Amino acid sequence: MTTATPTRALMEGSEALVRAAILADCKFFAGYPMTPFTEVLEHFAALLPDVGGVCINAESELEAVGMAWGAVATGERAATGSTGQGIALMQESFSEATLAELPLVIFNMSRSQGDYFQATRGGGHGDYRHLVLAPQDVREGVRLVQLAFHLADKWRNPVMLYGDYLLAHTQEAVTVEKVDLPPLPPKDWGVDGTTSGTGRSRTVTSLGVAKPGARPFGQEGKAQYIATKMAYLEREVRSESGYCDDAETVIVAFGSPAKFVKYAIAQLRDEGLRVGYVRPITLWPFPTEAVHAAAQGARVVGSFEISSGQMVDDVRIAVAGAAPVEFIGGVSSDHSGFGLGRLLDVDEVRERIRALHEGRPQPPVPGYEEFAYEPLPHQLAATPEVTP
Amino acid sequence: MSTIPLGPVIDTSRAPASGARVVEPQLPQLLFTNTHHLCPGCGEPLAIRSLAEALEDLGLVHTAICALGIGCYTSFGGTVDVEIVQALHGRAPSLATGIKRMRPDATVFTLQGDGDMVNEGLQEVLHTAARGESVTCVLLNNGVFGETGGHMTATSVIGQRTKNTIDGRDAAYHGYPILIGDLIARLEGAAYVARGSVHNAGSVARTKKMLRRAFETQRNRAGFSFVEILTMCPTGWFIPTGEGPDYLSSTLGEVHLMGELKADGVIRTTEELHAENVRKAAELDAQLARGGIED
Ligand code: SF4
Repeated sequence: MTTATPTRALMEGSEALVRAAILADCKFFAGYPMTPFTEVLEHFAALLPDVGGVCINAESELEAVGMAWGAVATGERAATGSTGQGIALMQESFSEATLAELPLVIFNMSRSQGDYFQATRGGGHGDYRHLVLAPQDVREGVRLVQLAFHLADKWRNPVMLYGDYLLAHTQEAVTVEKVDLPPLPPKDWGVDGTTSGTGRSRTVTSLGVAKPGARPFGQEGKAQYIATKMAYLEREVRSESGYCDDAETVIVAFGSPAKFVKYAIAQLRDEGLRVGYVRPITLWPFPTEAVHAAAQGARVVGSFEISSGQMVDDVRIAVAGAAPVEFIGGVSSDHSGFGLGRLLDVDEVRERIRALHEGRPQPPVPGYEEFAYEPLPHQLAATPEVTP
Repeated sequence: MSTIPLGPVIDTSRAPASGARVVEPQLPQLLFTNTHHLCPGCGEPLAIRSLAEALEDLGLVHTAICALGIGCYTSFGGTVDVEIVQALHGRAPSLATGIKRMRPDATVFTLQGDGDMVNEGLQEVLHTAARGESVTCVLLNNGVFGETGGHMTATSVIGQRTKNTIDGRDAAYHGYPILIGDLIARLEGAAYVARGSVHNAGSVARTKKMLRRAFETQRNRAGFSFVEILTMCPTGWFIPTGEGPDYLSSTLGEVHLMGELKADGVIRTTEELHAENVRKAAELDAQLARGGIED
């Protein structure tokens, strides 16, 4: 076995994430090409066979997640991934995999932050949650990928890595090196066929159906069991805060845009403005306590997101009335809808934070008014009450 | 060629003098119990027992992994002593793919119904076959969604009454049934494709042979293998329990014909099987007319 010394190299984000997954002993990947996730699939296809792994170009996202599910059920580390629509196709499996307690890792390279609800609220059926990690850049991504596999195994629960166009496509000088994480118990639940016909054959199931001798859950019991497990997962909450001690204005932001926010806040601090930030690293569980604490002495809390405002709901829940909460982001992408919009510019971000801090209205989102919805007259008329 | 004379036939018009006795335990190693949770007269338990016996015959007991679909047969998750990965409706072939790629020495099979495989998961099984995945997909085909209470599936035959084809399946309105075995047989990656049934003892024995050949195909890493098994569903067909086997052979069995659709590289279509059956029946009639069946 060769253990290459990790060296700092310029590489595309996708490649770095995939190399990190392989370092975490990921042995299987299945996916279906879709921008901006495609390169993750490409690098898995190129690199997994070299380590005795398998990468399958699945016929659709439904099959991709199914294949990863099967691989994970053997106890090997495995992953799948996609973006927006593809993730939507996979979500029936994410919820069921949560019920089946499968440590599946999902690479979600989203097209914007408008998939925050999709990632954190699920879209699958039933009562389920999975962890969502949102790296701010490639370097952090390399570490969070390894954490994702660790947490998935630790809790036997799916974990999603929420990235974006910028994370997947930026070339950064990174060192892909192993993160030290504590050892985990062996996966004696993984199927390999050897316990069939022994009277104690293994089952990996989302259902309450049990074999003789196994815990007879029933469907209700299984749902209760998973519901009570979710509370423990909340312990894995992670966030980063800066300049919050004396901040009058606190900005909450995640992922790549958070890096812009942090830079803009450092600039504003240099000017003497008392502004600070909280960056959720886990989107679920949301760092409610950290956001609440930061809001204590603040005049106002802003949520900067590249969307029409989704995380702001979680920010409001966290702040719980301690300060007014305002959304200061906006919808912004390139013409294709996949890439970066004009809002993701440090000057734009800084002026939005400054406006919030000074109690002025937000500057317009570039290109926004041009496409603003114009209601038709019948839509402006009030709809009558229909319930007595 | 010897001739077997037609000997005395057991009189089944009256009850036997004494009841049946268990002479020796006959529980296959891969079953926890001889009982099941399905309806009286259901064909699925027969199919599953045959499958368990086929694996045992081949000495594959301690290698078996099942990706289990969603249907009435899902309750077997609690009664078969086989390692199980429970799938979502339609998704078992993908799971089987992931399992097999990580555990190439295991005998990996799916157990799915016609709703699961031919409706919801059609592309899964086709692509798995096309990839030549070294797994065995087993279809329990009764032409109806039994679990939901008797609704049309993609394999329901023309004229078949179901809860949502109350006057019978009408081709012009509901479309035609899919002969899944024929679709799969044409794919390069499929090595063994067969259609069995459990409507009588002979068909059960034949089906078990098909299952053995399918698992041998997998053991030899020769490609994808597929066995469709026609099973009775008196509940979903709304007929008296005892009429299940005859109904099966005279309706579904006439369309989804029993036989090997691909073996040793030779593809035989359902139409060809039909022509062969016609020829064999004529031959048999001729032999009977001569006073016996030639071995
Ligand atoms: S409904 Fe049909 S398939 Fe289901 S258990 Fe009853 S007879 Fe069997």
